[in-house]
Amino acid sequence: MKRSYRARNKTIPLLTTVSPVAIWLILLVAAPLLYVLFLSFLSTDGYNVVFLFTLDNYKNLFNPTYLEIYANSFLIAFFTTAICILVGYPFAYHMARAGKRKKTVMMVMLMVPFWTNSLIRLNGWKTLLGKTGFVNTFLQNLGIIREPVEILYTRGAVLLGMVYILIPYMILPLFASIDKLDHSFLEASNDLGANKVKTFLHVTLPLTFAGIFSGSIMIFIPSLGYFFVSDIMGGGKSQLIGNLIETQFKAGNNWPFGASLSMMLIFLILIMVTVYKKSGGDMEDLGVM
Amino acid sequence: MRSRQKKIGRILSSIYSYLVYLFLYLPIFIIILFSFNTSERNIVFEGFTFEWYLKLFDNGVLLNAYGNTLFVGFISTVIATVIGTLASYGMSKYKFKGKGIIDILLYIPVVIPEIVLGISLLAIFNLSNIPMGLTSLIIAHATFSIPFVVFTVNARLAGFDRSVEEAAMDLGAGRIKTFFTVTLPIILPGVISGAFLAFTLSVDDIIISFFTTGPGSNTFPLKVMELTKTGVAPDVYALTTIVFIVTVAVTFITQRDKKKPIKG
Repeated sequence: MKRSYRARNKTIPLLTTVSPVAIWLILLVAAPLLYVLFLSFLSTDGYNVVFLFTLDNYKNLFNPTYLEIYANSFLIAFFTTAICILVGYPFAYHMARAGKRKKTVMMVMLMVPFWTNSLIRLNGWKTLLGKTGFVNTFLQNLGIIREPVEILYTRGAVLLGMVYILIPYMILPLFASIDKLDHSFLEASNDLGANKVKTFLHVTLPLTFAGIFSGSIMIFIPSLGYFFVSDIMGGGKSQLIGNLIETQFKAGNNWPFGASLSMMLIFLILIMVTVYKKSGGDMEDLGVM
Repeated sequence: MRSRQKKIGRILSSIYSYLVYLFLYLPIFIIILFSFNTSERNIVFEGFTFEWYLKLFDNGVLLNAYGNTLFVGFISTVIATVIGTLASYGMSKYKFKGKGIIDILLYIPVVIPEIVLGISLLAIFNLSNIPMGLTSLIIAHATFSIPFVVFTVNARLAGFDRSVEEAAMDLGAGRIKTFFTVTLPIILPGVISGAFLAFTLSVDDIIISFFTTGPGSNTFPLKVMELTKTGVAPDVYALTTIVFIVTVAVTFITQRDKKKPIKG
């Protein structure tokens, strides 16, 4: 009697386990985003939000000044992703081919820099790349350049900072997909007479595409928003969408416009994630780290 | 001939991986080096000194910010771990209405840019009069950590044999007793790595903290951000160096005892 009662009644255990997360997510993820959506249709008097419906914030998105910022931001996000794939792939491949013990060591060594705050590490780059920094001194000593060149505060420096901070997010999913790779496929390809390049292009690459895709999403999206990288490495010269949003919520005090910019980003991500899922991507792969 | 080619290939790819590591560690070496610099400006290395390590302990603002970081990290990790573990357990065990919605809500903080989560939390805190400071920081950090705990515990629960629980209950253990004496010990490694991940994310967070903090409650990353505009003093580097050495030592010790490969 007692057992059948226990087997049937799952309301209380269900409520105790699931309701905290449900309430938390509704109040602190769903509600805030819906509120931002609401904000994006409101006006401002230059200081405070005014409860007056308008579409101006969305029209404002197409202002030529802002279009230039989006273009710059997408360009940096695109090159960050591309460089992370190119640099990360051979590394992940090497890691996946290593022995068990070495794999662990390599993985840990990849994570260790993360425990030093990224802002501090970017400051380390600043010291390296400045006009009297190591890189300039080194190049001058080699005689490659005569005068110190401006490396910091360029678009290239922002790109370097982005790649530096984000590359582990590419290496990890790449490693996971290469590690899973069934080596008999590669051998079969070899036995059938394909050379290494052909095997790589026609077997390895397609089979590890999932890793490339999830890594790309994990890099492309954050790199649109990492305003602090552009602040430190670009000296504010190379504005990103993140800088634009930050300004609206801090100095600019135009929350409704900041909200519409955020909605634009969410819309973009929705598209990317839908394509990712349609092509068979696993959502939980975006959460590994 | 072929094996020699293979060997060269292996050496080249080893060299390549060392270069990637060099790229990752170079700025950290610079920070360690400049924490011993006699000059206050981190531009040229002028001479060796320990004075910043002593001065660090007089810099109350900096130590206070680091204390805040650890405090926020600890409390938000506890919250995220409890809520996330319960959620993962309940969601993998029971089928119910609205499960799909919770799933989607869990993915949102992971895929949307941090800045969007940050401003939306700022907006809702502002609307609901939640005091901006340590409380709002803790709530915000728990929010972005919960999904990562859920995913990590999910991975552990995927290989979990439910019949063990049934056996315990057939033998007369209640639900709560079964959870704490049977289920939890089995999924504990997942819970611990989830908590570890939550703490790491919290301590390193910049963007969400930037929007959800209040006057007077700086975390260490926010303090560094503020200092970056005027110039980071070497005592910040000294603190970073101490933390770096401690974490490396802890990692080394725990990894030496653990032979199993870890998952990210």
